[in-house]
Amino acid sequence: MVYLDHAATTPMLPEAVEAMTAELARIGNPSSLHASGRRARRVVEESREVIAESLGARPSEVVFTSGGTEADNLALKGIFWTRRSAAPARTRVLVSAIEHHAVLDSAQWLAGHEGATVEHLPVDADGRVRPDTLRAAIDRDPGTVAVVSVMWANNEIGTVQPIAELAAIAREHGIPFHTDAVQAVAQLPVTFATDAMTVTGHKIGGPVGAGALLLAKGLDPVPVLHGGGQERDVRSGTLDAAAIAGLAAAMRLAVSRRAAEAERLARLRDDLIARVRQAVPDVVLNGDPDDRLPGNAHLSFPGCEGDALLMLLDAREVECSTGSACSAGVAEPSHVLLAMGADLPRARGSLRFSLGHTSTQADVDAVVEAIAPVVERARRAGAA
Amino acid sequence: MTLRVLAAMSGGVDSAVAAARAAEAGHEVTGVHLALSSNPQSYRTGARGCCTLEDARDARRAADVIGIPFYVWDMAERFDRDVVQDFVAEYAAGRTPNPCLRCNEKIKFQALLDKALALGFDAVCTGHHARLADGVLRRSVDLGKDQSYVLAVCTREQLAHAMFPLGDTTKADVRREAERRGLAVADKPDSHDICFIADGDTQRFLADRIGAEKGPIVDTSGEVLGEHDGAYAYTIGQRKGLRLGRPASDGRPRYVLDISPVTNTVTVGPREALDVQEIHGERPVWLAEPPAAPRDCQVQLRAHGEVYDCTATPDGDVLRISLRTPARGVAKGQAAVLYDGDRVLGSATIAATFSAASAVRAGA
Repeated sequence: MVYLDHAATTPMLPEAVEAMTAELARIGNPSSLHASGRRARRVVEESREVIAESLGARPSEVVFTSGGTEADNLALKGIFWTRRSAAPARTRVLVSAIEHHAVLDSAQWLAGHEGATVEHLPVDADGRVRPDTLRAAIDRDPGTVAVVSVMWANNEIGTVQPIAELAAIAREHGIPFHTDAVQAVAQLPVTFATDAMTVTGHKIGGPVGAGALLLAKGLDPVPVLHGGGQERDVRSGTLDAAAIAGLAAAMRLAVSRRAAEAERLARLRDDLIARVRQAVPDVVLNGDPDDRLPGNAHLSFPGCEGDALLMLLDAREVECSTGSACSAGVAEPSHVLLAMGADLPRARGSLRFSLGHTSTQADVDAVVEAIAPVVERARRAGAA
Repeated sequence: MTLRVLAAMSGGVDSAVAAARAAEAGHEVTGVHLALSSNPQSYRTGARGCCTLEDARDARRAADVIGIPFYVWDMAERFDRDVVQDFVAEYAAGRTPNPCLRCNEKIKFQALLDKALALGFDAVCTGHHARLADGVLRRSVDLGKDQSYVLAVCTREQLAHAMFPLGDTTKADVRREAERRGLAVADKPDSHDICFIADGDTQRFLADRIGAEKGPIVDTSGEVLGEHDGAYAYTIGQRKGLRLGRPASDGRPRYVLDISPVTNTVTVGPREALDVQEIHGERPVWLAEPPAAPRDCQVQLRAHGEVYDCTATPDGDVLRISLRTPARGVAKGQAAVLYDGDRVLGSATIAATFSAASAVRAGA
C-alpha cells in the first residue's frame, strides 16, 4: 500500500502510541484532588510544557481541545464574542478565502447567527494572501474588525502564508490574529507569535481527538463548551490525559526532527513532481512552486476528473486525495482552487499527494509508474 | 472468467445483494452510487427516493460489508437533462413517459456504462429483477418483481455489458440473503415512486414546471363538458377527478380518451372508446432478430401491466402491433415491449393507438 494522504491523517509515531497506551491503562481525572488525580494532572501539565516549549509558547497559553476543528471554532467564535462585548461595533470577521471549513463555516455561522460580517480575503494565483490585501481590508474601518484568521499553510495546495507580516499588520491595530497551523507544525518552523494558533495531534504523528488552541495571555475568548471550568474556564470537559500524553510525545519528536524531515520530504516531493511531469507533460502544479509545505504535491491533470484518477490509483493501491470537501460524497470543486482563479476543469481534475514521516522513495516510484496509464484512462473516461 | 465489474448501488437491498453476488462469483467489483440530485435531501421526506444522503450512506455501508471499493459519482446534470427534463417535456407534449425506463436507457446503461468502459471496466451490474444470459433478456422468476419491461429499451450492445445477478431469485429470497450476508438494508422498504419527486405529488411537480393553464374538457363530438387545471394532470383511462358539470346523456361514466397539449384539451368518452386494437410504436429496439414477416408474440404496454397476444409487424421505422383482444387505457409515451413467453424480443415507444373501428378503417 502506498499511502500518500498524510495531510488527511498520518500514522502515529510509536513513541506516541506508547505514551498514550501507557496512560490509558491508568486511573485518574486530572481535576481530582486525590493522588490518582494528581498523578494524571502531572501527565497533563508536563505534556502542556512540552507542547509549549516545542512551539515557543508559555505553558499557560496552551488550551487543550479535541482537535483542530474545535480549536478553530473556539478561536473564531470565542474571540468574536469577547471583542464584540467590549465594543459592539466590532462585527467584521476577516478570513482568507482558502481557509479550512472549520474556520470558514465558523465565520459563516457568526454571520448567520451573531450579526457578523464576514470578509473573505482574496488570494493570488499561487494561493497567497498578500499583506496589502489584509492591510486594505482592515484600513477600510479598523475599529470594526473583531478578529482575523489566516492559516499558516494551506491543507490542499500547501502554499505557506506570510504569517509574520500578516500578524504584524493586525497587531498595529490591536486586532487579534488567529492562524490554523495544523498542517504547518512538523513541516515548517512554527513559533507561536500570533494571538491564537490551532494545532492538532493526528497531522504530526499523534492521536486523533487531541489538539490545542494556543492563546496569548490576556486573550480570553468566550467559551464554546461550558461545564466544569477546566482549561482556565475557556474549554470545559474532562481532560483526556492519555491523548494529551500522545500529542505531547508526537509534538516533541516531530518538532525535534522537523528540519531534517522537511528536507527529506521536499526532496522526495520534488522528485515526484519532476517525474510525474515527465510522464504527463501537461500536468499543472497548483500552489506556490517554492514556498509550500515540503510534503505537498497538488497537481491538476487536464482532461481528467479527479474522482476517476483517485479511483484508478486506489485500484493500484496508491492512496491520495482530491483534497476537496464532500457533500453526499460528491466531490465539489475545491473552493481553494476556485479562489486562486482556477477554472472548473482544473479544479475538478486535481489530486493531492501528501507525504509524511513514513513516506519513502518506493512510494514516489509507485506513483510515477502508475500515473501515465491512469491519466490516459481517466482522459478517455472524461471524453466519454 | 474474472471481469472488472462496476456495481451500481442505490442504497437498496437489491443492488447490494447483486454486488455481493458479483463479488462472490470472483469478479473484481467496485461499487458506485450515483448522485442524481444536485440538491440531495438529508432525510427522507415521506416517499422513498434514490438520491438522498441516507441512501448514499446505506450503499457505502453495504459496500464496506461486502468488502469492495466504493465511490459516489455525480451524474446529477445528465440525470436532470436526460430523465427529469425529458419527463417534463413528454408530459407537456401529452405523452405519459416512464422515467425508470429512460434512466436505464440514458443513465445506467449509457452515461454510467460509457464511463465504466472508458475506465477499464468490463460490465455494469445492477439489482434489476430480470434474467440475462447470452444476450437473451428474460423475465425474473419473481413475476411480481419482474423488471424486464424497464430494461427492454436497452440495445443489444448495452446489454452485452450488463449483469443482472438477481433474475433467478425472488425478492423474498433476496431479502433473506441480505440478512444472511449481514447487509443492514435487508428490510429496507421497496421504492415505488418516481425517485426525483420526493413527496410523490407528480401533479404538483408538473404544475410547478409546466404551469397550470385551464382548458376545456370535451366529448368526442367536441362539446365542452367542463374545465381542467392543466391537461398533463390527466392520464389516458382516468375516470376519477374529472369534475364534469353534468352527467353524460346516457348516464354512464366517462373516461379520459385523449390529451391534446397543443389545444390544451382533454377529451372524454365512454369506456369502450378506450379500447385499443392496434398500436404504432416508434424507435423500435430489437433484442431478438427483427422479424422479416409479421410475428405472433405477446406485448406488455406498461410496467407491471397486462400481457396481450398480438402480431407485430415491422414497417420501416414503425412497429405495427395488432392486438388479439383490445387493450384499455393505452398511453402514448409508454413502451410496448414484445415478449415470446418470458423472453424479451424488443420494444418500441407507443406513438399512436387505434380503436377497433379505426383499425378496420386503417386496414381498409
